[in-house]
Amino acid sequence: MIYLVGVILFGVLAILQSTIVSRMPLLNGTADLFLLFVVAWALQERVESAWQWCIIGGMFASIYSALPFGAYVIAYLIATSVARLLKHRVWKAPYLSMLAATFMGTLVVHLIAYFARIITGVDIPVMSVLNLILLPGLLLNLLLAIPVYSIMHDLAGWLYPEELEA
Amino acid sequence: MSGYLTPFSRIIVNPFISAQTWLAKRYQAIQSLITQPDDITTLRQNNLELEAENSRLQVQIVELQQQVTESQLLSTLVDYERRHVENQYIAAAVIARDVSPFMHYIIIDRGSDDGLRKGMPVITQQGLVGSVAAVTAGAARVQLINDPGSSINAILQQSGIEGVVNGKITGEIELDMVSKNATIQPGELILTSGLGGKYPANIVIGQVVTIRSEAYSLFQSASVQPAVDFSQLEIVLIIINFQPEDIAPLIPNQNNP
Repeated sequence: MIYLVGVILFGVLAILQSTIVSRMPLLNGTADLFLLFVVAWALQERVESAWQWCIIGGMFASIYSALPFGAYVIAYLIATSVARLLKHRVWKAPYLSMLAATFMGTLVVHLIAYFARIITGVDIPVMSVLNLILLPGLLLNLLLAIPVYSIMHDLAGWLYPEELEA
Repeated sequence: MSGYLTPFSRIIVNPFISAQTWLAKRYQAIQSLITQPDDITTLRQNNLELEAENSRLQVQIVELQQQVTESQLLSTLVDYERRHVENQYIAAAVIARDVSPFMHYIIIDRGSDDGLRKGMPVITQQGLVGSVAAVTAGAARVQLINDPGSSINAILQQSGIEGVVNGKITGEIELDMVSKNATIQPGELILTSGLGGKYPANIVIGQVVTIRSEAYSLFQSASVQPAVDFSQLEIVLIIINFQPEDIAPLIPNQNNP
């Protein structure tokens, strides 16, 4: 059931990302809905399917991108690791950990995408990446981080209801 | 008789008229007071119906406007097809863009079931869009010419100077590898040269905007205004009777001199 919800959610996100979000860039950077939802899910209490959802999100992103297959899966696995680490360290302030995980995750995803292009023989100036893609993308992700965290908090409450003590 | 009786009739009739007028006004006021709630209900009902009708008509207008835009676009594409009868085309709609900002690719709604193959050139009535990079049964991924991994052999229409058009991460395109001795004029039209066998010759790529020639550089370069607006792509044409040549085995490398 939980995996099915994950597949449906990331399927819808893939459609939104490729049809709407990718057409609304800030300079050349865009928000990364997959990353935001993966990270927000990894930060939720009681959630045990963070790694599986991360792989589902990575697979959908890979299908919709011409980046080498698996680049997104690796990037999201690292982002999830960061989020899980932060969850245990900054557990009293979930919104702060969401912002920190989004910041780190965005850096990781862009870094891996950049190296994937370098490896495939495409030379891209680092300063252009920093100014035109990374910083605008980071800004958009940070703006969306809190609303996405709230949505995933509600979803986690629905999928993992709190057990009442007798 | 009426002339003599007029003063008398006035005296008798006028009070009646005044009384009747007063009564009629009061009656109408009371009647309207009683019947008004019904009218308001009817008016509200009518208003709701009209609002619904208005919304439906607004939606129809938007749909019709969209259809007009689409048919205009399709008619220009048909015109282009008629003018270039040497090629066979398939029209496809742009359904998605690459989710990575590092990749300038689009996804179209035609695939191998429609006869699409990897490497086929993709154009619009304005000029070159890119080439098919990957194909599935019902969809295909197209690499745009402004992708940093894209490289096209080009020729300037007026001067016949050859160069290479490369994509950039910013979404712009640039003309490189132009001989230092060549004289380029801003505004010159850039076409595909057909060299390398990746694209057919004489497809419009764009126009020269500014020329850069540095003292220590071996070649000149120029920034190019693409003929196609890549942010507004909706419908594209795929040239299906053009088979790109794979010249990779002919290129000598260190392992295979």
